[in-house]
Amino acid sequence: MRVEEERKVGGLKPFDIINIIIMIVFIIIMAYPLWFIIVGAFNEGKDYMRGGVYLWPRVWTMDNFKAVFRDRSIIGAFAVTVAKCAVGTVTSVLFTCLVSYGLCRPNLKFRKIYIPFIMFTMFFGGGLIPYFLLIRSLHLYNTFWVYIIPSLFNVWNMIIIQSFMRELPEALNESAKMDGAGEYRIFLQIILPLSKPVIAAIALFTIVGHWNSYFDSMMYTADVSLQTIQLYLKKVITDPSVAAGMGATAARVVPDAAAKITAQSVKLAAMAVTALPVVAIYPFLQKYFVKGMTIGAVKG
Amino acid sequence: MGAKSGKIHTWNRDRIKGQLEIQSMVWPGLIFLFIFSYIPMYGIIIAFKDFNIMSGFAGGDFAGLKYFRQFLTDPQLPLVLKNTVMINLLGLLIGFPAPVLLAVLITELRGKKFRKLAQTVSYLPHFLSWVIFGGIMLELLASGGIVNKLLNMLHLADGSLNLMADPGKFYLIFTVISVIKSIGYGSILYISAITSVDQDMYEAAYIDGANRLQKIAYITIPAIMGTIVIMLIFQISNILNTGFEQVLILQNSLNISASETIDTYVYKIGMTQQRYSYATAVGLFKSIIAVILLWLANKSSNKITGKGLF
Repeated sequence: MRVEEERKVGGLKPFDIINIIIMIVFIIIMAYPLWFIIVGAFNEGKDYMRGGVYLWPRVWTMDNFKAVFRDRSIIGAFAVTVAKCAVGTVTSVLFTCLVSYGLCRPNLKFRKIYIPFIMFTMFFGGGLIPYFLLIRSLHLYNTFWVYIIPSLFNVWNMIIIQSFMRELPEALNESAKMDGAGEYRIFLQIILPLSKPVIAAIALFTIVGHWNSYFDSMMYTADVSLQTIQLYLKKVITDPSVAAGMGATAARVVPDAAAKITAQSVKLAAMAVTALPVVAIYPFLQKYFVKGMTIGAVKG
Repeated sequence: MGAKSGKIHTWNRDRIKGQLEIQSMVWPGLIFLFIFSYIPMYGIIIAFKDFNIMSGFAGGDFAGLKYFRQFLTDPQLPLVLKNTVMINLLGLLIGFPAPVLLAVLITELRGKKFRKLAQTVSYLPHFLSWVIFGGIMLELLASGGIVNKLLNMLHLADGSLNLMADPGKFYLIFTVISVIKSIGYGSILYISAITSVDQDMYEAAYIDGANRLQKIAYITIPAIMGTIVIMLIFQISNILNTGFEQVLILQNSLNISASETIDTYVYKIGMTQQRYSYATAVGLFKSIIAVILLWLANKSSNKITGKGLF
């Protein structure tokens, strides 16, 4: 694109040089937060307290990670989070795809009633407290299903999926009907496989949302056995007594390093382990979520 | 009804069966929204009642505007409102133009690989949760942290400051942190709008002797104006919205006089003090202002630029 045009003009202009410098500083600011936790997580806890560990670990150790993987409450929180992501993403993507397909069939009756009914919910809602009281009266409060059922359907995702499905040739549907296929078979065997790119984008949005949120866990569960890893980390960060408890557990489960390990260093290791799965996958799915974002904005 | 349904006898069993099938696909979504969106809207009624946890949304005695009066005379109201509006105004001032600027700078980069790298890295903070990203920021900003070191090096501060304990700095710190987290992801839309501009326009401008800044000002910015306007409308309607996750992680007892916003206040009076009716009244006040602002912003945008959301 523009590369060609500028090549004709020749060398780097002052504008380019300033831009490159700005971008290098920008990249450092964007990447440093993650680098900071990784460096801290690999540094020995007692040594870290002296300060100054910014760019590279001063005293290398794996003890912090050992403490994370031997701490039952951390592992429990991870298990809840993984289950929430897996079940939540599969059910929500399937449910939202099914509704989207039905809505974009040209012969759907009452569409003129359905669409405003759906779109109104994007602009107005009941707010935090009525929603919370609803969750309680549905007996979803403090169950695993509170993570799954209330997020089965998402209007924003529906708009994105629908606009993708509309682009699929209608002839596919007609020829499948000639062969005697019903709508459900067409949906499962033709539409879903063809919708892989949009499903990838929505699945990424959903899985990252599930993995990263703590508010749902804080708001709708009370049992420690149902807390997600993000809520556990939130407590560690904002509540000194929870942090102290984690430090004590770490000293117990990694006895040979008990004197060198601190709550702070275990916290950094737990943060690194929590951040890495998402950070490791998003660059490979970039083209999908960029596409998803753009479709959503154009149609919404 | 299908546009091509000319023949009467096509209304046979297959057609009816097909219609029932697609209706049965759509209905679960409608039922879902009825339960999880419309019932809470009906639940707003408790803002006008003395809510009783045993009797549900329908029960409780009518209380009229009691809770709204309580809200308007709440000694906390001016502070909470000020914090919410200030945080969002700073967000409009700094946070809104930031992704636009980033998109322009990224698309002006020459090397394709460098451009790709800058884009990919810019999304990184978006994929970190607020707990992790906020937690890291707390570490970096702590007294003795790297931000203090940098401020000392640049002679912007003496000694070590506990930045998160200073209510006077909270608005700015909060805004900068939000910008870092969302700038890259927010630029996606603008970048895709810029890359779809016809390259011949830049070619022609170059032949006419336009320099880079002129090309940005007269071609790039007008080309993405529609996207900018729509995003601005959304942001203006969100002026009483700060979200929970990011505020609750950065809030502490020392900065609370600057960090308590409507959202966190509703959460506290509702969930901690269980004053459900009062919290719902405050929440309703917020939603109504948002709808009015959305309508106003959209109307004035239609008038001024001819572009709008609806």
